[in-house]
Amino acid sequence: MSAAAVTALKAQFPQATDRASADHLAVNVPLGDLVLALKYLRDARGFDLLMDMTAIDWAEGASPRFTVVYHLLATSEPGTALRIAANCAGPDAAPTAPSVVGLWAGANWHERECFDMFGITFIGHPDLRRILMWDGYPYHPLRKEFPLAGIETDLPVADIEEVTGTRVIAAPMAGGPFVASTGEVNLTDAEPRAKDESWSDRQPQPGQTELRQMKD
Amino acid sequence: MVTANTELGYNSKVEGGVIISKADAVINWIRTESMWPMPMGLACCAIELMAVGGARFDIARFGAEVMRFSPRQADCMIVAGTVTYKMAPQVRRIYDQMSAPKWVIAMGACASSGGMYRSYATLQGVDRIIPVDVYVSGCPPRPEALLDALMKLQAKVRREPAASRLLSA
Repeated sequence: MSAAAVTALKAQFPQATDRASADHLAVNVPLGDLVLALKYLRDARGFDLLMDMTAIDWAEGASPRFTVVYHLLATSEPGTALRIAANCAGPDAAPTAPSVVGLWAGANWHERECFDMFGITFIGHPDLRRILMWDGYPYHPLRKEFPLAGIETDLPVADIEEVTGTRVIAAPMAGGPFVASTGEVNLTDAEPRAKDESWSDRQPQPGQTELRQMKD
Repeated sequence: MVTANTELGYNSKVEGGVIISKADAVINWIRTESMWPMPMGLACCAIELMAVGGARFDIARFGAEVMRFSPRQADCMIVAGTVTYKMAPQVRRIYDQMSAPKWVIAMGACASSGGMYRSYATLQGVDRIIPVDVYVSGCPPRPEALLDALMKLQAKVRREPAASRLLSA
């Protein structure tokens, strides 16, 4: 059913092209056709569930820099899934995309998360606020230039910062980022933990002279 | 310490019903044996905290089973879980609303140090915003570890000069 839907979609929207995908079929559409294409797939092809909606950052300097991706599922035929991708419009530092909250109410929080993490403005969204980070947080953490440790900034509440003297700090990365390793057969080895024991808070990173001190 | 000794000259009507002790010992005894927790359950550690309250581990044996969801009725905040920067001001506010004397247990790796969350979103240890009395290691800690932390906190409170502090306050 997915293949038939892709064929029909490409007949309806001639600018749609196939997209490389490791599992389900995927289609690129121009941003201008995005809402109409999704509406067509929902109403005429039975893709009634928006499973997920996310974005890709192709890194600083790439243009267009951001791509939004929609994961569709036809619940009447289990396993029939389709992915639709579209490059964002607007300047690369402030990308935009049309909102699909009108098609799937569930897109609301997905788009808010995308706005929070990538800084993509969804035009027509009824309530485009940050959903994970707090209002007033100055960065978009899933952008490629944002470091995992974070950037020093203010706490969400000013008087708490004043009383405690604590700020949002760049997390100390002694021992390397605590990330899981993929491809490990032994799950114990794959668990997140300090994997680089050659440096710590007290001992500088090899090749560096300065200690990365915890800021108190 | 119950005594039938009448030589101290107490009124004979209370004879045998009088206990002599030190003010510190009595005050700290009261404080340690009914230390009502404020369950600051923020992540998976809170599941272990619930287990501690259950029949198998039974924190009631130590007088701390009365989880108070109002900070004004709580003595000991148990920070169980990951404190994000977004949540940190609320944790501090709740701590501020608890009436003194008050204590804090940082339960688990995340509350103690940020744990494995070396990231932009996570407070690197709840001791950056509130004073912590006891840290519990583990991810999550076993319920016994939390009971041990409570006993250590009780031992700490027993050593406090409660009476002189009360009088000077």
